[in-house]
Amino acid sequence: MAMLDRSARSLLLYELVSGMWLTLRYMFKRPVTVNYPYEKGPLSPRFRGEHALRRYPNGEERCIACKLCEAICPALAITIEAEAREDGSRRTTRYDIDMTKCIYCGLCQESCPVDAIVEGPNFEFATETREELFYDKAKLLANGDRWEAEIANNLSLDAPYR
Amino acid sequence: MVEIWRIYGWPTALMLAEILAIIVPLLLAVAYLTYAERKVLAAAQLRKGPNVVGPFGLFQPLADGLKLFMKESVVPTGANPVVFLAAPILTFVLSLVAWAVIPFDKGVVLANINVGVLYLFAISSLGVYGIIMAGWASNSKYAFLGALRAAAQMVSYEVSIGFVMVSVLLCVGSLNLSAVVEAQSKVWFALPLFPMFVVFFISALAETNRSPFDLVEGESELVAGFFVEYSAMPFALFYLGEYANMILMSAMTSVLFLGGWLPPIDVAPFNWIPGPIWFFAKISLVLFGFLWVRATFPRFRYDQLMRLGWKVFLPLSLFWLVATAGVLTAFGWLPNSGG
Repeated sequence: MAMLDRSARSLLLYELVSGMWLTLRYMFKRPVTVNYPYEKGPLSPRFRGEHALRRYPNGEERCIACKLCEAICPALAITIEAEAREDGSRRTTRYDIDMTKCIYCGLCQESCPVDAIVEGPNFEFATETREELFYDKAKLLANGDRWEAEIANNLSLDAPYR
Repeated sequence: MVEIWRIYGWPTALMLAEILAIIVPLLLAVAYLTYAERKVLAAAQLRKGPNVVGPFGLFQPLADGLKLFMKESVVPTGANPVVFLAAPILTFVLSLVAWAVIPFDKGVVLANINVGVLYLFAISSLGVYGIIMAGWASNSKYAFLGALRAAAQMVSYEVSIGFVMVSVLLCVGSLNLSAVVEAQSKVWFALPLFPMFVVFFISALAETNRSPFDLVEGESELVAGFFVEYSAMPFALFYLGEYANMILMSAMTSVLFLGGWLPPIDVAPFNWIPGPIWFFAKISLVLFGFLWVRATFPRFRYDQLMRLGWKVFLPLSLFWLVATAGVLTAFGWLPNSGG
C-alpha cells in the first residue's frame, strides 16, 4: 500500500506540482524591495559606518593621542603620530585611517576613553579612487563636525546598555 | 527589365517582407522574454525586478542590448577564430530558421511544407552544433565540458521528444503542422495525450537547456558552460538564440498539444478573437511555464538528468506511443485509414 501511494505520488508529480503551487502563491505577494536610493532601511544606533573624530562642544578636539585605537586595530588600519601642542596638551599631529584596510569591527570606538573616534551612521562614502579612502585627520574631524548630531544621538540611545 | 522584376524581383521582395514580418516580432518577443523572465523570477522571490529604465523598466532589454552592442568582442588567443565566431551565428540563425514552418493562422505560414514536423525536428537537432562548435573552438576546459554535456543532454531528450511527436502524428495522420492544428478542432491533444504533453514540456526544458536542466551553463560548476569565453555581440547572439529556441519550443508545444491558433471552444465570444492572438496567448502561457519552473526547481545533477531521460521518459513515451497506436487501431480511429 505504501508503495502504491509512493508511486502514485511520483507519477502524478505530486511534489513538483506542490512546489510550483508554492512559487505561484509567492508571485502574488507584495515585494519586500526597498527602493534603496529613495527609501532606506532602519539603522541601529550601534551601526558601525564611516569613522569620525569628535570635538567637545567648545570646539576642542577630544582625541588625546593615547593610541589605544591604533594598538587594538586588528587590521592595522590606524596610524597616529603625536606631539605636545604649544599649550602643553598632548594632541595628535597625524591621525590616518586606511578605510580600505578597515574591517569596521568597532574596536577603536570601544577602546577610546574619551569617545573621540566613533563609527557614525554614514555608509554612503564610496569613492571613485582608492586614494580618497586614505582618510587623514582633517577628513575625520570634518566627518565629526558633519555627523555630530546623529552620532551624539546614537551614543545617548546606546548608553543604557553599556 | 520589367519582365525580370515581375518574375524574380517581386516574389523575392514579397518573401523578404514575409520573413521580416516573422523575424522582427520574434526578436522583439525575445527581448521582452528576458524582461518577463526577470519580472517573473523577481515576483517569485518577492522582489520587484527591473523598474528603473523607462516605465516599469520596459526599456531594460533595449538598455541591455545597447550595452552588449557597445562592448568589445574578445576572441581568446587559443581559440579558433573562424569556428569561434561562426558558432553563435549558427545558433542564432538556426533558432530563426525553424519559424518558417510554424503556422500562425489558417494558411498564414511562410513555408507550408508537408514535412513540417520533420523539418522542426531536424533544425532543433542541428542546434547542438552551435554549442559543440562554441565549446570546442573556445579552447577552454569549462566551455568544452559544457559543450559535452549539451551534446549528451540534447541527444538524450530528442529521443523522447521524437516519440512524443510520433504519437501526436499517429492521431493526425500528417506531418504538416497546419494539419496538426486542424486535427485538434474537436479536442486539443493535451487532454487525451496528457502524459505525453508533460513529457514533451519537460523534454522541451531539457532541449533548450533551461532550468532545471541548465547544467550546460551550470554557473556554479562550469562558470557559464559553453559560452564562458564569449563577450559582447557573440554572447548576445547565444542569448538571443537560447530565448528564440524557448519561444520556438513553446510554439511547438502549442501547435502539437494546445491547438495552435484554434480557440479553446469554438463558440461565439472565443472565435471572434483572431487566431494569431490565440497562438500568441498559448505561447505566452507555455513560456510562463518555462519561467515558473525556473523560479521553482533547483538544478538536476548530471546523472539524474541522464536517468530521467533514458530510464523514465524513453520507456514512458515508447509505452504511450504503442498504447496510442493500439487504441487508435482497436477503435478504428486511425486517420486516413482508408488510404
